[in-house]
Amino acid sequence: MEVRVQNLRKEFDRFPALHDVSLDIRSGELIALLGPSGSGKTTLLRLIAGLESPTEGQIFFGDEDASRKTVQQRNIGFVFQHYALFRHMTVLDNVSFGLKVRNSSRRPPQAEIRKRALELLDLVQLSGLEKRYPAQLSGGQRQRVALARAMAVEPNVLLLDEPFGALDAQVRKDLRKWLREIHDRTGHTTVFVTHDQDEAMELADRVVVMSQGAIEQIGTPDQVYDSPNSPFVFGFVGQSNCLQVEVAGGDIRFEGRSLGLNAEDEADGAAQLYFRPHDVRLCESAENCIAGQPVASRRVAGTRHIELDIGKDRPHIEIELPPSEADRLDRTRVAFKPTRWKLFRG
Amino acid sequence: MASDTVPSTEPRKLHSAVTESKVARVTLVAISLLFLLLILLLPLAAVFVEAFRKGAGSFFTSLQDAETFSAIRLTLIVAGISVPLNLSFGVAAAWAVAKFEFKGKAFLTTLIDLPFSVSPVISGLVFVLLFGANTWLGQWLSANDIKILFAAPGLILATMFVTFPFVARELIPLMQEQGTQDEEAALSLGASGWQAFWHVTLPNIKWGLLYGVLLCNARAMGEFGAVSVVSGHIRGQTNTMPLQVEILYNEYNFTGAFAVASLLALLALVTLVLKTLLEMRYSAEIAASRRH
Repeated sequence: MEVRVQNLRKEFDRFPALHDVSLDIRSGELIALLGPSGSGKTTLLRLIAGLESPTEGQIFFGDEDASRKTVQQRNIGFVFQHYALFRHMTVLDNVSFGLKVRNSSRRPPQAEIRKRALELLDLVQLSGLEKRYPAQLSGGQRQRVALARAMAVEPNVLLLDEPFGALDAQVRKDLRKWLREIHDRTGHTTVFVTHDQDEAMELADRVVVMSQGAIEQIGTPDQVYDSPNSPFVFGFVGQSNCLQVEVAGGDIRFEGRSLGLNAEDEADGAAQLYFRPHDVRLCESAENCIAGQPVASRRVAGTRHIELDIGKDRPHIEIELPPSEADRLDRTRVAFKPTRWKLFRG
Repeated sequence: MASDTVPSTEPRKLHSAVTESKVARVTLVAISLLFLLLILLLPLAAVFVEAFRKGAGSFFTSLQDAETFSAIRLTLIVAGISVPLNLSFGVAAAWAVAKFEFKGKAFLTTLIDLPFSVSPVISGLVFVLLFGANTWLGQWLSANDIKILFAAPGLILATMFVTFPFVARELIPLMQEQGTQDEEAALSLGASGWQAFWHVTLPNIKWGLLYGVLLCNARAMGEFGAVSVVSGHIRGQTNTMPLQVEILYNEYNFTGAFAVASLLALLALVTLVLKTLLEMRYSAEIAASRRH
């Protein structure tokens, strides 16, 4: 089911947690709300769920206004970071809970409930564990039970609050892949909150980047990574470098020298040049290039990260090169120029 | 000659940093045991010895005394009413404090503790001041022929006042630690507030609740001070067991006094055993429900 959020505002004790947020979620889409802590992403998720009520604005499920409905009436599936499984119930009872508490007119017969719960446990690859208690499961298994429990009520939308936040790195990776598969198979409209950009980029159809209670950018992972529309997104999604430059007559100048980058449509004046560490090309000489002295070098997986001191009072710049290329570098002076970049003012 | 300077290779005994020498340990344990023996066990044993001094027959005869019997009955009635009421009030108060944010929360928490910090005699006296014959409320009550003071309702009120904190105090930290996420999960799955309470909240707190009720009951049956003030000591009518013990004792009916006292002591022992059993049997579960 498609979900529309319109001009949503939320204040906690006069402190605005979310201001004027609008978002259209298509049916069957897998969307990530990405942002640092305090950016309002969890608040937005809880507002969609009905666990909080908005100060202003509306939420539509399909054509229906859901904003005045209670959490029970909205028929959503919510998965919590710390699972929130009912610890005194078996796995099977946990998964069946949502169906069992329905009033008798909407409640499927007992055998049907059991059958559905077992099917879901099969879907989340936990067959055979239905008699266990949550305390007897690993973290990854618990989160899968939580997901099965949320899906049991056939929710209009599946909402996941940092679903892998409490798990260790390897389990996170496995579950990520697995969640994507489940989503592709079941087709539930899904919104998940994360502060982990890798998770958002790898998993989501579209990423919503949030900061300080507002949406910074909405786009596919490629759009958000390749064309960030604000310094914040540039800095938060992936690594980035920032350089203070001057624009004069369509030319970008750093410390009075031209960098040979074409900025024809840009107005003259001071600006910040943003570029990614891997979007650089080494130069033979320092002419029309940025030059600096390597101060540190780290090997990260398949690339080498080199930190450059480009002058007093300037933050260090980091570039990434293939190890073979990095090993041939001069150890006292390295010159490079950005191949992909963006200018921001302010 | 060189070998003189080589340190001895004999393994030295290493103590854990927090372990004391054997002498210190034995002394400490002995002091604690001796103290417990003198202060707790000896008097407790004395109660039973005194109760059975004239034989078991005399013990049971004195329990069959009409006034004593009525005291036992009254105690059961008072506890039977005040404990369930405090159970529900305690759960409600703990729920309010632990799961909601509201103005005056700190005040409410302090208020819950009040009965613990007030002398039981004062706790009884407030009801005398409230319902006494020369107060407005007292006059209205007597005009309408409602008896509170010097009757069972007064005893129940005083007992409830004194035992209110037990359930609430046991539950508040437990519920605060558990947070509201389980309830939110239940609501998001379509459960009503009542279903969430019944199927999720209550099972989560059941051991703590049982604990609180056990302690509450022990105190409700054993309370003396507050009850003494509001009872009026009408023989065979408004005397609870602790009050009956005092009366019998003052009349030099030692066997009778100690027979009733031994019942109260027995109650204390049963409470202790139940408490220990609970802890042994469910310690893992209790710990889990606290940790979670």
